[in-house]
Amino acid sequence: MSEQPFFEVRDLHAAVEGREILQGVNLTINRGEIHALMGPNGSGKSTLAYTLMGHPKYEVTAGEIWFRGENIVGLSPDERARRGMFLAFQYPVGIPGVPLATFLRTAIKARTGQEVSALEFRRRVREGLQRLKMDESFATRYLNEGFSGGEKKKAEVLQLALLRPQLAILDETDSGLDIDAIRIVADGVKQVLSPDMGVLLITHYENFLKHITPDYVHVLYRGRIVTSGGRELADRLQAEGYDPLLAELGLVEGTAAAAGGER
Amino acid sequence: MAKALQDIGPREYQYGFHDVEDYVFKSKRGLSREVVEEISRLKGEPDWMLQLRLKALAIFERKPLPTWGADLREIDFDNIYYYIKPADRQGRTWDEVPQYIKDTFDKLGIPEAERKFLAGVSAQYESEVVYHSIREDLARQGVIFLDMDSGLREYPEIVKEYFGTVIPAADNKFAALNTAVWSGGSFIYVPKGVHVEIPLQAYFRINAENMGQFERTLIIADEGSSVHYIEGCTAPIYSSDSLHAAVVELIAHKNAKIRYTTIQNWSKNVYNLVTKRAVAYEGATVEWIDGNLGSKVTMKYPGVWLMGERAHAEILSVAFASDGMHQDAGAKVVHAAPNTTSNIVSKSISKGTGRTTYRGLVKVYPGAVNVRANVRCDALLIDETSRSDTYPYMEIEEEQVYIGHEASVSKLGEEQLFYLMSRGLTEQQAALMIVNGFIEPFTKELPLEYAVELNRLIQLEMSGSVG
Repeated sequence: MSEQPFFEVRDLHAAVEGREILQGVNLTINRGEIHALMGPNGSGKSTLAYTLMGHPKYEVTAGEIWFRGENIVGLSPDERARRGMFLAFQYPVGIPGVPLATFLRTAIKARTGQEVSALEFRRRVREGLQRLKMDESFATRYLNEGFSGGEKKKAEVLQLALLRPQLAILDETDSGLDIDAIRIVADGVKQVLSPDMGVLLITHYENFLKHITPDYVHVLYRGRIVTSGGRELADRLQAEGYDPLLAELGLVEGTAAAAGGER
Repeated sequence: MAKALQDIGPREYQYGFHDVEDYVFKSKRGLSREVVEEISRLKGEPDWMLQLRLKALAIFERKPLPTWGADLREIDFDNIYYYIKPADRQGRTWDEVPQYIKDTFDKLGIPEAERKFLAGVSAQYESEVVYHSIREDLARQGVIFLDMDSGLREYPEIVKEYFGTVIPAADNKFAALNTAVWSGGSFIYVPKGVHVEIPLQAYFRINAENMGQFERTLIIADEGSSVHYIEGCTAPIYSSDSLHAAVVELIAHKNAKIRYTTIQNWSKNVYNLVTKRAVAYEGATVEWIDGNLGSKVTMKYPGVWLMGERAHAEILSVAFASDGMHQDAGAKVVHAAPNTTSNIVSKSISKGTGRTTYRGLVKVYPGAVNVRANVRCDALLIDETSRSDTYPYMEIEEEQVYIGHEASVSKLGEEQLFYLMSRGLTEQQAALMIVNGFIEPFTKELPLEYAVELNRLIQLEMSGSVG
């Protein structure tokens, strides 16, 4: 077994369209751990998610991303997916004409390298849909086309459940959901969690963290993780917002408000 | 390639030749009055058909080449054989078939016997047996399904009534050419109230004649009847004939329904210039399902003339152009009666230096009130060098109508590719999935075997491993 950690981001710098967004991110996630990543808008949370998953527009200018003993910088998104990474998108894109079930079947085969029998596949999909309180008709609807925001988020969690990744990055999976949906989605995520999995939960909202207790909470600000803590850090942010914390850290005052602040 | 084969000297004739005169005849290239007269004589046609042919020849010679569509200037009319008797059709050797064609057969898993037929190596195909048993079922219902030559011979009065009424020779230069030298094609008549359950396929009566350059098809669905006709297949048809100018005429009488499905994948040396049109009377429906995957140049605009109230037209087409190909396709709908409806959906995909063009016409005559017509044309460009153009024409001469038109041009979306790749699909698999989703409105109208074959062919085209 390699000495390298399960998942470690080392001094990661990344730029998009020439602008450097990530300015030296350091983060370690071990198997079985849930890490929450919070921070004001514009701090680079989604950029981090996309960079970890290998989006071609996001260029790593320095640093490394270690996953299961390998530096995955330079690997294509599908290579990362096949090694066990998963990203639940904040704004999942629609693919016209491709039924959800067809897509799921292809993704499972790509991920596991094996075909699932039609019967078994249908069973898993039905079970997944039921658990997320999604109507069975979703299986034949075109992927993300005409899905409401909440339905798209649920479809992401359905994929998470069926693909069983080793490292799951959930990019604001709770945003745009009503209170009931948040609970359903959180339950859906919890069911998938296992001692083998690492999870990076990018979130704004205390609500989500009411249902899923993170082991660690990190705050990302202007492309760097500026502080980390436990559950109580999230509670503090929920109560006070980002400004007092940022002031305490000696970071520029009032910037969180200017950037839109926390919702 | 085509020219080289035609220049080769005396070839092996699989079935032997009958007399010196015939041999001399079929070696002659080019078009003339004599050639047309000879064709009619060899077929033993009634004089009225000969006269139609000769008039059409005059029209063909008079009309100039169209300049508005694809580039047709390389067609060498003098160097074409306008008629070859089926029994004497040259057997090509398997060696002469281009490698890319053979590779496609391999990849599509086409059975041995079919390959030789499709490549023009054998003139006969054993589906004769299948054809005969289907013929018996149809005969019991009073359905006529013959090749066009036999149709003219056995049912001259029906043919005379309808031939050239939907597409007159003067319609365009290639309709005139076809009317002058047509040979082969299908003749179908469905009696009143008869619903033909199984799709009738050109495949069933396969012999070399049907792969002809100038097929003429005539389908008549009498009142209240329905029929589905399918022609073509996704496997590439290798033809040394470089010009295919077919004509298809459909007549759907009151409350009848005709669906005509075509999947065309001619080899890349072929000019495929087809005139297809239907007339739909009161309450009738005509559906054109048109897939254009091959040929060097295709010009084809399936049309429906809605002549009676509540008639309906549905034209669903897919064009796929890869390197060096130009698919100039589209649809024409003419609303000549009130309360008629039409729906046109055109999906085109250009890959490499391929070029697709949508050219469509929606025409509404005065008095055709309460018409609902919808056009949707979407183009997908795969590569930087790919090209697509759209020329939609609307001639609306009535105010109380509802006309909708939507068009889009897109590339393979970067975000879509990323999303699919983040689930483990390779870039190629992701592109293929997007393309399949793009043509899904078309694919879901195909019989299952065709849909499967079409998907496999698209997969091959997308992976760039064919042609």
